[in-house]
Amino acid sequence: MSASSAFSDEKGGSASEPEYGHDPASGGIFSSDYKRHDDLKEMLDSNKDSLKLEAMKRIVAMIARGKNASDLFPAVVKNVACKNIEVKKLVYVYLVRYAEEQQDLALLSISTFQRGLKDPNQLIRASALRVLSSIRVTIIVPIMMLAIKEAASDMSPYVRKTAAHAIPKLHSLDPEQKDQLIEVIEKLLADKTTLVAGSVVMAFEEVCPDRIDLIHKNYRKLCNLLIDVEEWGQVVIINMLTRYARTQFLNPNVNESLLEESSEKAFYASDDEEDEDKKAEVTTLEKRKPYVMDPDHRLLLRNTKPLLQSRNAAVVMAVAQLYFHLAPKAEVGIIAKALGMFEPYLKSFYIRSTDPTQIKILKLEVLTNLANEANISTILREFQTYIKSMDKDFVAASIQAIGRCATNIGEVRDTCLNGLVQLLSNRDELVVAESVVVIKKLLQMQPEQHSDIIKHMAKLIDNIQVPMARASILWLIGEYCEHVPKIAPDVLRKMAKSFTNEEDIVKLQIINLAAKLYLTNSKQTKLLTQYVLNLAKYDQNYDIRDRARFIRQLIVPTDKSGALNKYAKKLFLALKPAPVLESPFKDRDHFQLGSLSHLLNAKAAGYQELPDWPESAPDPSVRNVEVKDSIPDWSKCSSRKDRKEKKVEKPFYSDSEGESGPTESADSGNCGESSASGSDESGSGSESEESREETESEEEEEDEEEEKKKRKKLDKTKAKKQAEESAERCAIHTIHQIRTIAPSGSIKMYELLHRITGEGLAVEYCFSRQPFSPDPNMVAVQIQFTNNTNSETKNLHIEDPRLQSGMRIREFAEIGLQPTGESVTVVMGIDFCDSTQAANFQLCTHTRKFFVSIQPPVGELMTPTFLTENNFKKEQGKLMGMNEILEKLTLGEKCVNEHVIVERVTATANLSRVPCGSDKECRFAGKTVSSGCLVLVTVTTKEGGGAQLTVNCEKMVIGTMLVKDILQALSQ
Amino acid sequence: MIHSLFLISNAGDLFLEKHWKSVISRSVCDYFFEAREKAVEPDNVPPVIRTPHHYLINIYQFKKLMFLFSKLGVCFIVDVLYRMCDYFGECSETTIKDNVVIVYELLEEMLDNGFPLATESNILKELIRPPTILRSMVNTITGSSNVGETLPTGQLSTIPWRRAGVKYTSNEAYFDVVEEIDAILDKSGTAVFAEIQGVIDACVKLSGMPDLTLSFMNPRLLDDVSFHPCVRYKRWESERVISFIPPDGNFQLMSYHISAQNLVAIPVYVKQNISFFETGSSGRLDITVGPKQTMGKTLECLVVTVHMPKVVLSANLSATQGTYNYDPVTKILVWDIGKLNPQKLPNLKGSLSLQSGAPKPEENPSLNIDLKIQQLAISGLKVNRLDVYGEKYKPFKGVKYVTKAGKFQVRT
Repeated sequence: MSASSAFSDEKGGSASEPEYGHDPASGGIFSSDYKRHDDLKEMLDSNKDSLKLEAMKRIVAMIARGKNASDLFPAVVKNVACKNIEVKKLVYVYLVRYAEEQQDLALLSISTFQRGLKDPNQLIRASALRVLSSIRVTIIVPIMMLAIKEAASDMSPYVRKTAAHAIPKLHSLDPEQKDQLIEVIEKLLADKTTLVAGSVVMAFEEVCPDRIDLIHKNYRKLCNLLIDVEEWGQVVIINMLTRYARTQFLNPNVNESLLEESSEKAFYASDDEEDEDKKAEVTTLEKRKPYVMDPDHRLLLRNTKPLLQSRNAAVVMAVAQLYFHLAPKAEVGIIAKALGMFEPYLKSFYIRSTDPTQIKILKLEVLTNLANEANISTILREFQTYIKSMDKDFVAASIQAIGRCATNIGEVRDTCLNGLVQLLSNRDELVVAESVVVIKKLLQMQPEQHSDIIKHMAKLIDNIQVPMARASILWLIGEYCEHVPKIAPDVLRKMAKSFTNEEDIVKLQIINLAAKLYLTNSKQTKLLTQYVLNLAKYDQNYDIRDRARFIRQLIVPTDKSGALNKYAKKLFLALKPAPVLESPFKDRDHFQLGSLSHLLNAKAAGYQELPDWPESAPDPSVRNVEVKDSIPDWSKCSSRKDRKEKKVEKPFYSDSEGESGPTESADSGNCGESSASGSDESGSGSESEESREETESEEEEEDEEEEKKKRKKLDKTKAKKQAEESAERCAIHTIHQIRTIAPSGSIKMYELLHRITGEGLAVEYCFSRQPFSPDPNMVAVQIQFTNNTNSETKNLHIEDPRLQSGMRIREFAEIGLQPTGESVTVVMGIDFCDSTQAANFQLCTHTRKFFVSIQPPVGELMTPTFLTENNFKKEQGKLMGMNEILEKLTLGEKCVNEHVIVERVTATANLSRVPCGSDKECRFAGKTVSSGCLVLVTVTTKEGGGAQLTVNCEKMVIGTMLVKDILQALSQ
Repeated sequence: MIHSLFLISNAGDLFLEKHWKSVISRSVCDYFFEAREKAVEPDNVPPVIRTPHHYLINIYQFKKLMFLFSKLGVCFIVDVLYRMCDYFGECSETTIKDNVVIVYELLEEMLDNGFPLATESNILKELIRPPTILRSMVNTITGSSNVGETLPTGQLSTIPWRRAGVKYTSNEAYFDVVEEIDAILDKSGTAVFAEIQGVIDACVKLSGMPDLTLSFMNPRLLDDVSFHPCVRYKRWESERVISFIPPDGNFQLMSYHISAQNLVAIPVYVKQNISFFETGSSGRLDITVGPKQTMGKTLECLVVTVHMPKVVLSANLSATQGTYNYDPVTKILVWDIGKLNPQKLPNLKGSLSLQSGAPKPEENPSLNIDLKIQQLAISGLKVNRLDVYGEKYKPFKGVKYVTKAGKFQVRT
């Protein structure tokens, strides 16, 4: 039989068996299966791979359709060692499905997997482990344990991931292995690759979710690499960290009123990533308030926030619940946009007639909860359209929603009530019934004012057939019979007539009505009541008989009746508290948001309760990771570690072809734990760099901070001196520039590569403001390398510039050798095309590559030009209208005289002063480096510290940015 | 985690099952069938059904399939399900039945022990190559297989969505900006609510490891966005540009949402008059559609759908343009207009006959509008430029804009 005909035969067969979906075991199919099984066995025994493959495909198709193929087990298992990878895979599929049923035979295949675990191909090692761990046969538990342990220290992260997946499988097969498995989990938790993180946390959650102590040392690492973990891993990790945070940190809302302002500040501080500010903030808080957010708590909130932009709804939901359960109240708002939870999004919850019912009900719930005095009229108008819907369940829910709005918002109660009363004349009985029930509840709140409504409802009793509504009306009339003294007895008369045909709940209310009328108006209703009670006495339902007996004893005075008789009126006509109209979604908030239990409002199997905040914070130092002692040692050590890791990775990478791309991030120069890829990818290395430093070695950061401060101070004193010594451009060096040729005084140094990131190589740059001789259209950038390592740096050069189109770069000549401790200064040219876009490139040494970027302040994109006063005015005249930007400002305290203004402006922008007759005006001129457009700046001072800034430039973007920068400089 | 998966066709035919842990008898689906019976419309089946031992979580896709899971679930299972649908694309019961082995192998790769293992379609396509006619012919001749022998390179890198060693002779990058208007118009034609749901679909066929930057003329329009994992959040936060290393082939780069606060242009107006008479069990229908704010573009693929009340037996109408069809079983009236000619507005007019004796319907049915406008993003969003870094070649680039009606409803 040829392969193709066999296949079409199979297809034809399935088409002619429409009933298999319902009854796989029906006779006809079974017999044909048997027939086919014979030739399948033959095919499996043949030598040809193509026949085997065809047979396996048919068998797997049978499994997929839920047909029994277990009798083929011996024939299939023989092929487990087949060379053809597709056959092999299908055999694996078969094995996993039937091994549990055929344990003895399954053991035949084990040795193949054991061999597979040693295969040089990582995919084969991993799939061998996957299948081995999926075979649910208890005898092989020791073998599985061994395999998992070995795989957990495999070179390939993919195999380690598979090991993590295997852990819960083994645990469910044999829970006694738990202790050993926890050891493996502990080991894998320390793994630094993002690939493993999600899977091992999943294993942790399944096997030992209570062992929170295992997380301590890995907490910061998990927070930091979260953004690079694959989506499903993110979900699991976020959920686990939510629970972790609830056990380890203090409730941020513990002191709500006090906290409000402080937490808000903290939030903004973190947004700016101004660690310095934040620190100060935290310390001031510490003095004032008892609550300070643990920096690790903050770390978690900060690192999960960007994930709100994930395409994966599960991730967004996980972050949302994390913020809901962990964030200070003031910050919970940020999830609102992603979820659309609050008032501005009201209209997003408007209901379409095509929405499924459960969605409609949920939307209605949201709308009801959002209702307030301001928007209630819109919402009510919207509700009115819903009442006309064809979906009756939904209409009923809408009416209830109106009722809830009416109880919650006093102002609209009457409007709602009137609306509902109008509904009483609706043609649809369900609508009327539901309205009656809701009206009843509303009326109970203020019955005095609404006797006409009660009258109206009394009339309805003739038409409404829905029992619940009839019962409600009767209750109302009974309760407020004093408001409708004439109608009430008549209603009772009618009801007595139809008593025997009523539903049970209606009968009970008739008795109730009768009793109340008897007590208030016994003259008119005595006989009627007697009649009703007599009817009830012989009713089929024993509840009704009971009730009748009870009422009779209570209200009709006889000699035997006890003391209660006197109080009957009080008992029946006591003031009853108005009912609270409640949301059907109440009471589920004690479940973790987004969990299955929350959805069902019932504890699902395997639900883990979210622990309550601890009273006092557990020791935060448990999360500290060993800090390397001194700085140079640290950088050296980490670089060594890096190198070693790479060496380990080599063989596995080489085993899979073509890895050029992915390793790029590993080379990016961040030697820190794993966040390397993150920072590289996010395109703002310095930022995540900083956060990493913060978590890794606090000491180190403070050190740096101090240095920064020093430098700032120095800059300031420098500025002062300059002011004193007027325009004399003296060379003052920052501490880092001692060995360089001094650039002119006001020049600011920028960091290109920090010595920690650069593993000892520190690079700074400045805009020297000298013309770049090889190409006048380029901005000259002076770069200074300082070698702080213990060895020489060789072959310093630039590679792989990534530039915006039009931008050009002129590299500096390669620096062949830079001895330890030396600094070298070079100049390179960059044509920024008159934009402030950054120029990105790689800085390469003989061993490493670093991604760096240079972004020019707008003021550095120009070069001074000399203009006479007349020329200046002429040119200014040409650049009016859109090309002129005017801005008023208040000069800073220190801008006392012309000198300071000139100094500030020239420090901000590379412009030259234009002579000017008036002492109230300072003029500056320059042109952009790349395209030579004129830039004219005028500062006119006025009495009392006011001033006006005018910038004329054809390039409006440049002009706008320049205005901003100068404004800032002058108003400081 | 996910225990088992059952696929059920609209007709109630259970045509595929897959178990990731011990086998669960398919009789568990009876609970589902029961709920399905009760719900009448397949949309209304509760998403989670409790059974004594398992939880059945189901989604309804492509109007054809029921996916059904059981045992201990979290909300993310639903997402896994949708991701599976992603891979298969627009798949029908027949395509799944024809490729049942491949589907089964895929399911095996996607989850391990019920936990997602590889859901990135680029990786899956390397593990198990999608079938094409050419490949199946080559395979029969040469005996080669559809199953990859080595670990997909993406699995190990920090950019799992892209495989290494991509090569194209002509490098192309195309982007489709697709916007859907979700709106509710009231009787008088004013928008009660309108918002735009947009997506940018990309088809990127570029060699090597390109690093792309996409910028917009007016990025401020977008405030609620979600991205494919390849997009760098930080660049978006700071510069409002979309910087990414793209997956190979087709993928959805981002989706966004422009809410009702911004003014959303409504491209169409509808004049309608549907009434049912008290006597004679009949009614009248008169619908005219015309252009409103179309920014000078033509409206295409215009379709009006009306879910009639149950008592409407048949419709006797005449359309000045296009064709109409009333299905008396589902009670759905579909008027397929096609292209809108602003000079001669299409009109559908005629009578409806109702079940005799039944009371006249309480409410008029609302109209659902479907339409398409080529070369226009109704929000005004415009792509400014696409820059390619990291590779030397100059690719072909293109952006296409389409506006469609999403859930566009006119109340009557």
